[in-house]
Formats: sequence, C-alpha cells, structure tokens
Amino acid sequence: MTSFETIVIGGGHNGLVTAATLAKAGRKVLVLEAGSEVGGAARTEEFAPGFRTSAIAHLLSRLHPDVVKTLDLEKHGLRVARADFVPSVALSKDGPPLVLHGAYGEVLTGASPSEQSAWKELRAQLLRYAGTLKPFLSRRPPDLAGMSLLESASLGQTALALKKLGKEDMRDFLRVLLMNVADLLDEQLGDIRLKGLLAFDATLGSHLGPRSPTSLLGLYYRLAGETAGVAGAQALPQGGMGAVIAAIRAAAEGAGAVIRASAPVAKIIVEKGRAVGVVLDNGEVLHARTIVSAINPATTFLDLVGPREIDTGLMRKVKNIRMKGDAAKLNLALDRPPQFTGVDAAGHRGRLVIAPSPDHVERAFNPCKYGEFSLEPVMEITLPSLADPSLAPNGACVLSAVVQYAPYALKEGWDAGKPKFLKAVMAQLEAYAPGIGKSVVHAELLTPADIETRYRMPGGHWHHGELQADQMLISRPVSGWSGYDTPIEGLFLAGAGSHPGGGVSGAPGLNAARRIIAMKG
Amino acid sequence: MARQISKKPASKTANTVVSARIAAQSHFRTLRLGTPFQPRIDALARTQDWYNWAGYHAPHSLWDEELEYFAIRSQAALFDISPMTKYRIEGPDAEALLNRVTLRDVAKLRPGRVHYTAWCDDEGFVLDDGTLFRLSPTRFRLCSQERHLPWLLDSAIGFDVTVEEETEAVAGLALQGPTSFAVLRDAGFAGVEKLKVFDLADFPHDGGSVTISRTGFTGDLGYELFVSADKALSLWDRLMIAGELRGIRAIGYTALNRARLEAGLIVANADFTTAEHAIRADRPRMPDEIGLGFMIDLKKGHFNGRRAILEARVKRKLRHVLVGLEIEGNIPAEHAIVYYKKSREVGLVSAAMWSPMAKRNIAIASLERPFGDTIVEDLWVEIYAMRELQYQKLMKRAKVVARPFIKLDRRTANPPADF
Repeated sequence: MTSFETIVIGGGHNGLVTAATLAKAGRKVLVLEAGSEVGGAARTEEFAPGFRTSAIAHLLSRLHPDVVKTLDLEKHGLRVARADFVPSVALSKDGPPLVLHGAYGEVLTGASPSEQSAWKELRAQLLRYAGTLKPFLSRRPPDLAGMSLLESASLGQTALALKKLGKEDMRDFLRVLLMNVADLLDEQLGDIRLKGLLAFDATLGSHLGPRSPTSLLGLYYRLAGETAGVAGAQALPQGGMGAVIAAIRAAAEGAGAVIRASAPVAKIIVEKGRAVGVVLDNGEVLHARTIVSAINPATTFLDLVGPREIDTGLMRKVKNIRMKGDAAKLNLALDRPPQFTGVDAAGHRGRLVIAPSPDHVERAFNPCKYGEFSLEPVMEITLPSLADPSLAPNGACVLSAVVQYAPYALKEGWDAGKPKFLKAVMAQLEAYAPGIGKSVVHAELLTPADIETRYRMPGGHWHHGELQADQMLISRPVSGWSGYDTPIEGLFLAGAGSHPGGGVSGAPGLNAARRIIAMKG
Repeated sequence: MARQISKKPASKTANTVVSARIAAQSHFRTLRLGTPFQPRIDALARTQDWYNWAGYHAPHSLWDEELEYFAIRSQAALFDISPMTKYRIEGPDAEALLNRVTLRDVAKLRPGRVHYTAWCDDEGFVLDDGTLFRLSPTRFRLCSQERHLPWLLDSAIGFDVTVEEETEAVAGLALQGPTSFAVLRDAGFAGVEKLKVFDLADFPHDGGSVTISRTGFTGDLGYELFVSADKALSLWDRLMIAGELRGIRAIGYTALNRARLEAGLIVANADFTTAEHAIRADRPRMPDEIGLGFMIDLKKGHFNGRRAILEARVKRKLRHVLVGLEIEGNIPAEHAIVYYKKSREVGLVSAAMWSPMAKRNIAIASLERPFGDTIVEDLWVEIYAMRELQYQKLMKRAKVVARPFIKLDRRTANPPADF
C-alpha cells in the first residue's frame, strides 16, 4: 500500500483545492470522497434523461483569483472571460424588466435616468467597501491570542486600506457595516425592482430577511468575490459547475494527489491528542501525519472525532453553530426554452431574479422564521442549456433555480410540505413565464433536507454554517479555532464552514493548505 | 345567522398558568433554605451565627467556635454537609464520562472507593475540586462546592449515562474526630471498622440505607454519611444518642475551616478562584498552580483541558504556585500580602491561623512564580493587626513548608482506634 502524508476528507471543491495546493507543495495527498463522484454541491449531474445541470451552486461569482493562479486552473481547462459575464435581470410581471449588465450592473437598463445615476454611485460605494474587506478572504482570521508580526502587519494593512477610503467614506463604511440592506437601499435608491434584486442578493443563502440587522454583510460578501479579475461579475461555466471541479481535480491529480471516490470516512483516529489516521465505513484503516477535514465542521468534531476526544467547551460551541438552510434547488427539464415576460434573448442567458421588491423578499422570509415555507418564494433562475446546449437534448431546455425560503426544519415535515412548496414555486414561475408549467418534462426539487442527505451538508446549508456577523472571521467555525487548525494536533479544517465561508471560492481550502504548509503540520 | 362568539378560553388558561407559576415560585419567600437536619441544628444554634452556603443557611458556629474546633480534635464533631452540591452519574459510560471530565484516572478508582479530584475547562483552568464516590461499577456521586449541572450534561453528550443533581434529595453529615469511629460502632453500624481511608460502604438505617465513607475535610479520623433526605433526622438522632458519652457535638463552619487548614486542604473560591467565577483574565488557575498537579494523568485518554495543561507545562506558562507557609510569631496572617526581601510583592495569603495542633502560625498562600517555586528564601508577610482602632503593621518572616501542617496517625490507622 502506498502511504500518504496527508489525507483530505471530502472531495468537494475546497477539499480538492487543499489537496491540489498541498500536492503542488510536494506532499503525498490522498482525497477520500464519500460520494461516487467528487465535487459535492458543485457537481454537474444528470437529473432527468439527457438533462444535466449544476447540482446546487450554478453561478460562478467568487472563485478566488489566488486559487485560479496557484492551481493554474486556466491551464487545466477553466476559461472564464468578460464575454462569459451574465447579466442580472430583475423580473417584472407587468412591464419591462430591469437589467444589470456586465459585472454587477456596470450598466443599468430599464430604470429612470435618476435611478441610473443613483445606482452608479451606490454600486461604486458597495464595491469600494466590499473591496476593503476583500483581503480578509485570502487570509487566516486574525489570531487575537497570539498574533504574529506578519498577521499584525496585514491587519494593519486593512486599517490602512480603511484609512485610504478617506475620512467621510471610512465613517460611512463603519456606519453601514452592520446595517440591514433594506434601510441602506431606501437611503439611496427609489426603484423597488432594483432594491428587490439587491435585497435578494444580500440575503441569498442565509437565514435573514432584508430588514434583519446585518443583512448588508451578505451583499458585501457577494461583491468581495470576483470573476476573471472583475469584482461582482458572474458567469455560467460551460459544462456546468462540474467543469470547474474537473479543472481543480485535474490540477490536483496533475500534482500527484490521489483521489478515491466512494470512500466515506467513519472516524478520525485520535491518539493522545493527535490525529493519526482515518477509518473508512468499510473498516479500512488509513494512517497519515496530517488529516484535513474539508467537510462540515460539526460533522468533523461530533461524528468523526467524537465528543470524547474534544473538550466540553469546544463541543458546546460546535453544537451551537447555526446551520439550518433556507434555500431549495429546483431543476426543471423543459421540452422547450421558456419565455419570461419582457426578457430578451441575452436576458434569458443571464440570471433571472424573482424578487419584485424588498417588501416581497421580507414577506417571503417571514414564514420561514416559524417553520413554514414562502407561499410566494423568491428565486434566482438560470437557463444554462441556452449557452451550453450539451446540457439538454436538442430543442429542450434546463432550468436551474435557487429558491428561498424553504426552512430546513419545516414544521409539517418535508414529506408533506414538498409537493405544496413545489406548487407554490411553479405558480410563481408561471406568473413570470406563462406556459412554463406545460413544458415541464421532469421537475426535481431539492429541499434543504434533500440537500443534507444527498450532499452530506448538515441542515442543507450551503455555507456549512450561517454566514452572519457572529459566525464570521474569528468566530468561524467557532471562536478560538478559526485558523484552520484544531485542538487535535495534525487535524485541520478546510471546508466552507471555516473562514471565509461558502460559495465556489476555494478560499477556505486554499487558506487551510497555506496554514498547513506554514505550520509544517 | 348566529355568529359564534369567541369566549376567549385562552385568557382563562393564561390565568391558571400564571397562578400555577406563582405558586411554583414560592422559593423566594424562603431566601435561604434549611437542610433536612435543620430542626436539630436550629435547636442547638445558640449563637444564631449563620452564613449562606450555596443557598442554604448554614451555621458559622452553634455555641462556641473554640470548643467546636476542639470537638473535632478531641471528641467527635457532627457537621451538616447537605448543602454540598451532589451529582449522581450513572450508566455504562459513567466511568468514561468522568474520565473525560475530571483530571484523575477514574479507571483506577475501584467500586467502594472515593478519590479527591478536580476538573477544568478547555483552557485548563480549574472549574472546581471535589470528591468522587464510586458507588458501583456504573454509579458515581460527585460532590463539589459549585454547581456544574449544565457542564456535566453537555459533557455527557455522546456518552450512555444519566447525570442528575441530588443535592436536595440526599442529606449529608460529616462525623469527624478521634471518637467518630467509636460513635459509629456504638450506633450499630456493624462492619464500619473495615473501612479504610477513602473506602465507602452501605449500611442499613431506618428501613433504608446510609452510605458511609471514611473521608472528611479535617485531616482527622472521620467519616461522611449520605442518606436520603427523609431519613436525615433519624440518622442525626441515632448518632447523637450513640455519641453522647463520646463527646459528640454539632459544629459550624468556622471550626471546620480551621481543621481543614491544619490539614492543608484548599477551598474553591477561598484559596483559588474557579474559572467560571473569575471575571479578571489573570485570576483562573491551572491545577499545577494550586497544588493539584498531582491529579493530572496524561497517560489516560483525553480529558477536558488536557491540551492546554500540557501546553502550559511545555511552554512554561504556569505563573502561580500555591504553598503552605509557616510564619513567625502567633498573629494569624489572614489575607496578608507576601513580599520578597520585604519589598517586592509576590503573593497573597488566602487562609491563616495559629494552629493549636501544630503549635505553629500557618497559612496557605498563592505566589507568583518563581517565588514559592524556585525562590523560597527571604519571603515575608505583612500582617495588619488591629489594636484598638490602630493597625500595627508587622513584617514577619515566612517559610515555605509542606502541607498538611499536621499529620495524625489516627486518620489512617487500621483498624481505627477506639477512643
């Protein structure tokens, strides 16, 4: 048997990024993936005969430039350029839609001239402020207990960047940082369609409504991402998100990493406070000097390590990580492309958003606080087969939508609730794309409960832990252990549950790998 | 069409709920609870000198502090320990849970034995110390100063075990002093002579049973008795009657506190601040800093605080040390500041007394390392003796000495002597 220095648990995109980075640094790495294929929620899957789509994550908006560069992803087949940027279309039932073109609305159409200039200013401000936070993405969260000179220096750089904003801007940055998105939008914009779109984007993937305190952070998180070097840009990767995974996988294997699928890990072996190996479901034991868990942090500590090997205080913290998802995924196989009212051909290839106003988003959020789904859900729709016909049979079309709010713990249970929720989602779609219901060949709705089971994401939460102020930076996944290392020597975390969070960014995976290399762990 | 009128039964229910809640909250009418022995203690409380022990009113003294102390050392003293926090920990994983929570290796604690132990938080800071009674292979009683139910329950996640607080349900008595064994024997607890130090056994009492352990907080021959609350008074009477000619006396905490100091034993939140009570960042203490380092068993499996304790040892981050002091003169140095070369402040005395048994002026103090650790010479304490509204400041030489300050053969003698 070949021996490995490092075992990476979980072949999601972060696990693959860690594996590839470590392999490039000369380590012998083995990736153990529980599923039959790597990629996790970023796979491209067939959901109906001849119809394929990105499993959960369907838009590329934040793959970190350091990941692309470190792993030479372009050499490994990932190509995203400005021409691939897709617009965001704020759908409207009655009247023309409002469209953000280019990288998050470099040009705004469908709004009044005064709204256009207001947007120009707000957009610049949002990107400026998000840009201030951007350096945090590719670093360990500051270690308050024992900060190294380098860490202090880089934190100082952030302070400097803040200062560079200028006095007025810095004050305003600090003023709005923890605001709710709805209030900020009301300060600066008038058009409820535009405000609805932004309110939706700020709260997508989190248990917040636009009026929940701190909801603006979600928008910053989104805009701190970049694609092809352009902040806020988004693209539909050719071949679905699976193509991104294929590139990262190629980089990992090219560097010598070995990937084993269908190898679920049952246990991390800990001896005298040190992780020394793993036991697979089939009883097979594999030893390694370094174990990297790129799966959920709660699963890692509570199930794989087990409460007996960790301190009570840490277990309390881990158990308290909030991770109940509110986002469902809808995959529709359609016999023909749908026609959304008032949307042109370019718009149909973009991101179509149903979030007519901040109020609508807020009202969609309300029931989920009480364990009920939205009767008029908000959603982000893509039609990936329009740009990539290989995803659907000739003349047919794939619709991929992320739908909110669908609380993980639905009061009536998802067995009873799912058909009702699907009906509500379809009714909402029908209102914006009349006739779409009749074109459905197959519908697949994945509730957070389904996502949990299928992709091993507890709570069905994309971020593996709510991405809110109290679960960010030095508090992610838990305070005291936010820097990818754990109290168990030789065990590291590298998944979205760690800083900076979820989305197809590879940042947690890359940061973790860098930490492991720095610690010679 | 007749419209149905809503009668709002909700408000009626709400009222019932509120009154039920008020009825259940009558605890505030008794601000300090009595223990199951209260009727007997009240009858003996001539000084009416009470203090608050974990929400119970407990006596500082009952009749005379000095004589109560000498009851411990010359006769048999009966002290109500019912307010002590008690947890029942039971199940197939009870040993594993306690091994994870506490410092010592519980696998080495045989059924029918007791050990003194302590437990820490993640940072290796001491949450409390206490005694662990192994009542059976799968059943334990953990006794401590502070309350820890949420900590124990959270620690129990993933273990097949139940954790229950039994402080109210179980009454406790300490019977301490040279005649304590004779009292128990005369009271009819057949076989009690077989108990060696830290042994425990069940004995029949009043249609039920009492658990007697040869343990205590005095450094003397002595026992602790645990009985269900409803059998408390009959147990008290049984001991008092049997002990009449053996000089049995009920005592308060002041006397016990002196005895424990002579025995060199520490009290949580008196000699050190427990981690959950400490507000200031430099106050919590690791076991090695309060003389409990001997409990740490790095050979057993994981336990709370292990990583932090090990790191502190390796990186030499232990900043304090708890020591016994012998101080010249006979004025108790209570809460005196400890100096090095009479000028540099290096610590504080947490308990002090003139010991009638040791015939020495003794104290327990916490010092900042290296003082008390590698530097033990030239230490002084500054005693402020109040003399008719004027402080007389005394700078007295202090010598670091071993604890306990007294060692009584009768404590461990087998069989226990009949006085």
